[in-house]
Amino acid sequence: MTVNGWIQILVFIAIVVALARPIGGYLDRVLEGERTFLSPVLGPVERGFYWLSGVKPTENQSWWAYCGGMLIFHLFGFALLYGLQRLQGMLPFNPQDMAAVAPDLAANTAMSFATNTNWQNYGGESTMSYLVQMAGLTVQNFTSAASGIALAAALVRGFARAESRGIGNFWADLVRVTLYVLLPMCIVLTLFYVWQGVPQNLSPYVEATTLEGGKQVIAQGPVASQLAIKMLGTNGGGFFNANSAHPYENPTALSNLVQMLSILVLGAAMTNVFGRRVGDERQGWAILAAMGVLFVVGVFITYWAEAGGNPLLTALGVDPSAGNMEGKEVRFGEALSALFAVVTTAASCGAVNAMHDSFMPLGGAVPLANMLLGEVIVGGVGAGLYGMLLFAIISVFVAGLMVGRTPEYVGKKIEAREVKMTMLAILCLPLVVLGFTALATVIPAGLAGPANAGPHGFSEIFYAFTSAAANNGSAFGGLTGNTMFYNSTLAVTMAVGRFAMIVPMLAVAGSLAAKRKTAVSVGTFPTHGGLFIGLLVGVVVIVGGLTYFPALALGPIAEHLAMLAGSVF
Amino acid sequence: MSSGPRAASLFDPALIKPAIVESFRKLDPRVQIRNPVMFVLEMVALVATVLMVRDIVGGAKGVGFTVQIVIWLWATLLFANFAEAVAEGRGKAQADALRRTRTETVAKRLLGVSDMFEQVRAPELQVGDVVLVEAGDTIPGDGEIIEGVATVDESAITGESAPVIREAGGDRSAVTGGTRVLSDRIKVKVTAAAGSSFLDRMIALVEGAVRQKTPNEIALNILLAGLTIIFIFAVASIPSFADYAGGAVSAVVLIALFVTLIPTTIGALLSAIGIAGMDRLVRFNVLATSGRAVEAAGDVDTLLLDKTGTITLGNRQATAFLPVRGITERELAEAARLASLADDTPEGRSIVVLAKEKHGLRGMEMGELKARFVPFSANTRMSGVDHEGAVIRKGAVEAIIEHAQGLGIGKMIPPDAERIANDIARQGGTPLAVSRNGQILGIVHLKDIVKGGIRERFAELRKMGIRTVMITGDNAVTAAAIAAEAGVDDFLAQATPEAKLKLIREEQAKGKLVAMCGDGTNDAPALAQADVGVAMHTGTAAAREAGNMVDLDSDPTKLIEIVAIGKQLLMTRGALTTFSIANDVAKYFAIIPAMFLAFYPQLDTLNVMSLATPQSAILSAIIFNALIIIALVPLALRGVRYTPGGAAALLRRNLLIYGLGGIIVPFIGIKAIDLVVSAVGLA
Repeated sequence: MTVNGWIQILVFIAIVVALARPIGGYLDRVLEGERTFLSPVLGPVERGFYWLSGVKPTENQSWWAYCGGMLIFHLFGFALLYGLQRLQGMLPFNPQDMAAVAPDLAANTAMSFATNTNWQNYGGESTMSYLVQMAGLTVQNFTSAASGIALAAALVRGFARAESRGIGNFWADLVRVTLYVLLPMCIVLTLFYVWQGVPQNLSPYVEATTLEGGKQVIAQGPVASQLAIKMLGTNGGGFFNANSAHPYENPTALSNLVQMLSILVLGAAMTNVFGRRVGDERQGWAILAAMGVLFVVGVFITYWAEAGGNPLLTALGVDPSAGNMEGKEVRFGEALSALFAVVTTAASCGAVNAMHDSFMPLGGAVPLANMLLGEVIVGGVGAGLYGMLLFAIISVFVAGLMVGRTPEYVGKKIEAREVKMTMLAILCLPLVVLGFTALATVIPAGLAGPANAGPHGFSEIFYAFTSAAANNGSAFGGLTGNTMFYNSTLAVTMAVGRFAMIVPMLAVAGSLAAKRKTAVSVGTFPTHGGLFIGLLVGVVVIVGGLTYFPALALGPIAEHLAMLAGSVF
Repeated sequence: MSSGPRAASLFDPALIKPAIVESFRKLDPRVQIRNPVMFVLEMVALVATVLMVRDIVGGAKGVGFTVQIVIWLWATLLFANFAEAVAEGRGKAQADALRRTRTETVAKRLLGVSDMFEQVRAPELQVGDVVLVEAGDTIPGDGEIIEGVATVDESAITGESAPVIREAGGDRSAVTGGTRVLSDRIKVKVTAAAGSSFLDRMIALVEGAVRQKTPNEIALNILLAGLTIIFIFAVASIPSFADYAGGAVSAVVLIALFVTLIPTTIGALLSAIGIAGMDRLVRFNVLATSGRAVEAAGDVDTLLLDKTGTITLGNRQATAFLPVRGITERELAEAARLASLADDTPEGRSIVVLAKEKHGLRGMEMGELKARFVPFSANTRMSGVDHEGAVIRKGAVEAIIEHAQGLGIGKMIPPDAERIANDIARQGGTPLAVSRNGQILGIVHLKDIVKGGIRERFAELRKMGIRTVMITGDNAVTAAAIAAEAGVDDFLAQATPEAKLKLIREEQAKGKLVAMCGDGTNDAPALAQADVGVAMHTGTAAAREAGNMVDLDSDPTKLIEIVAIGKQLLMTRGALTTFSIANDVAKYFAIIPAMFLAFYPQLDTLNVMSLATPQSAILSAIIFNALIIIALVPLALRGVRYTPGGAAALLRRNLLIYGLGGIIVPFIGIKAIDLVVSAVGLA
């Protein structure tokens, strides 16, 4: 580890924290339907959408109406994307003449993008036409991100409102977030990436002659526009197979910084929206601080593991000061590769600028752990906040009992119904992660996937289902995922990881909104201080640790200890 | 505070024996199903037993280990049952004592207007019947005195041996079935049918027969069930993971891991904690109609207290004689004393007492005085004596001025009389003017006496985060002065029953939980509206019905104890839950390396406790898991210590003890057990 590396990491964290409040303020205004500086331009467009679709934006939906709207919307999104992939051969903007995508892969990809996962069992430049990239994948990138923010806003309203029947209007939230937040920011980011050298065209691929005289096909396409939302919406699906390690998708150190920032910026700002809504911004900072603690620890471990290099290679006389550079881009180095890996898995993005499969066992364990904890370290846009708030409910429940009061969080009593729904939401993840991993590690179709043997192969399978369930979408690499078995099981995993969690989460929102606010007294446990932050971190780590300890022991831990004993896989 | 036979010691042999029998009886799955964690444990133990039998019959290797695991699984279950049985046993002992008082009573049911009665057995009495109860009789059922006054021995209910006065009309008219009339005779209208009387309810309550899960207990049960499901996933996926790694894990070992992971510690003690909490309340002589009310008490934000009898002694007392210019204090005291000699009101008596204390004026009864007593009338608003030609009067200042002018002797009204009177009113006192032959001598200061030690009690409540509001019929000036002296946070002056109700609703609308103590019939609506309504046992039947708790000692400040017990109940549950979950860390470190050692030898690094062998590691973890239940029974029954103070400080302390302690203790415990297990050669 170098001082330079840490300075880069700390500068990055400082910018994220500095942006949380101003952007949070803007998001809050947008979500409440208040006027912003963009209203004169976008107001008519917004009203046009409502008029076209017959939506009454002021209608206050009950949690199940909100939930129903969200589910139907994504069902249509799924169907649309599936259709586009299957029909791409007959549709325009297909200069490379891509054929129809196979049904299982199309279904997997459609589910992947509808759930904000962006798990990719395909290589973008060799599978998808420009039309599918633009009208299919990029559109889903926008809508799944907007929907995530909307859902978090609904839960925040549950905490903020008192004796209210509804938790807001899904359609209005969706339109407002897309129109006032995602679209303008993406236009700016796209222009920035184009300036940095990212292509934005509809040209056919270019054939080049290399210095050795060989032929190389260089892929083209509308990359910058897809890249902007891929990061901002924590989607992570690369335009190219190599994702943000590809020089066209992440050309410079500056583009790398902006990509990492845009992964975390909206998620961090949502914590501030929560604070503002419940009338005490410190509540938001406390949540962000708990995320920050987990984040910094993750970065430290990964950076330490990667900068240390492989002891087996060191024993063979390789200079350890170079660290472990396998699978990393030289223009990013260990510090920024480690940081990117933690950022992208902390935030349910899944874009990568290095190959996680090539990380040291412990370095690779951190991205895995980030996802296993439920993507609550800033997390996916919106999803991170509602995931963390569910953990806050559990923390406050146990802590509240310990101070001798019926547990309450930001003025809302946490009772049987909230605990029940929260536990249901938390249970979804281990069910699909452990269930499908257990299945894949015994049946031949599953065992055909991993490229490596032993604990490392186990990690590849485990990572895939974890990434899908957490709606992250990053791949450990090494796993051949484009098979009937993995396409279908991963699609189910992604659907459960997203929607099976959202339904009980919205039930919590509805139940909280209907409650009255309780007054704060000396006997109320303060949820904005260090004690609460520590407690929340502890609960997240212990619940996650207890759930996955056996699997982690058989994967990265066994691999790490084996490496120390001199064997690799 | 009475205790007597009620406080049975924790491990009284008389309680232990039946508890052990009961532990086996509770193995019935129909009993266990009420507690999800323990039910799962029982099912798993059954499966393990079947596997053990199969191994024994099949003559499999290492069957001794399996037998030991199975024994400890059942022991865990029995220990949990034992904890509950001990808690219940303590209640049963109290219930039996109460039941003895409910021997067959014969009631004298009145037949009509005259005192004619027929003898009927108490259970045959109907609501509305009127019975005659004479000295020596046991009151046959709960009711209200409609005629007469009597001294009643209520020790059966309250444990208090001193008899109490019960009389018709007013706030002391309720009587309880099972108590005994010591003197006089009363007519009682029965208000509760047999089986639903106060005593019946009390017996059911302490026995735990009607114990329903409280809201927080239900929520906690859901959390524990959820954790159990998570561990089902975690353990059920291990066989295929092991298979992938080229090894296998036996079913018994998986069961051992599963049982140590699921929150058996808190699951085992959960109902014991609840029963013990109610039991503590009963030992403080408070009866709650439901556990819900006890939990709500822990959440109270605002406490409404009647001034009279709660914050102040029941009556005003004379504290000073303030003569007008030209009159000595002794002169005033003498006149005031004479005017009060025949005055039987507490105020009158206090004047006599003060005169004696301050000026040594004593002796002389009304009889030897040859004086004529003029009693108080609403018309004149004064009282006094005509003594040896002197007309002495005391009363409200305006009334005495009117009286003086009326006598027409032409005496001047002393200018300082009114000034003195105003001063007293400002201090929250009541001025009482005294005149002789139309000349105003001075003012007696009557003062509400704030009960000793009450200020400290309120300070304690404030530390708990509870705001106290005094309710009084006095005017705002007086109320403010008393409120300041007693140290309450706020007051409601000139309170009517409607105003009380309104205040409670306002507080509740602000999101606060309101507790209130009351005894009168006019308190009933407010008691019913309050989240926690504590009725005084001395109060009317209406008040007792409206509240959700009855304080047998009729001590309104008892609410502090009630709040503390409510909080303790929740804290104990929370602390043991935290402890239970924190324990899992060490158990993983004991079992996981042992489990996978055969195919991943490098995992021995995780064996941080250096446990002797894989078998002894697993066995030690499961033994620890069982023994910790027994070790924590006293804590579950006694409750976690509650000291009034900020929530953050409380949480920090409990997290340190039960969270951090919960992580560390099992590492030490499992290691110690492992040393014993391997030394003895069990595994």
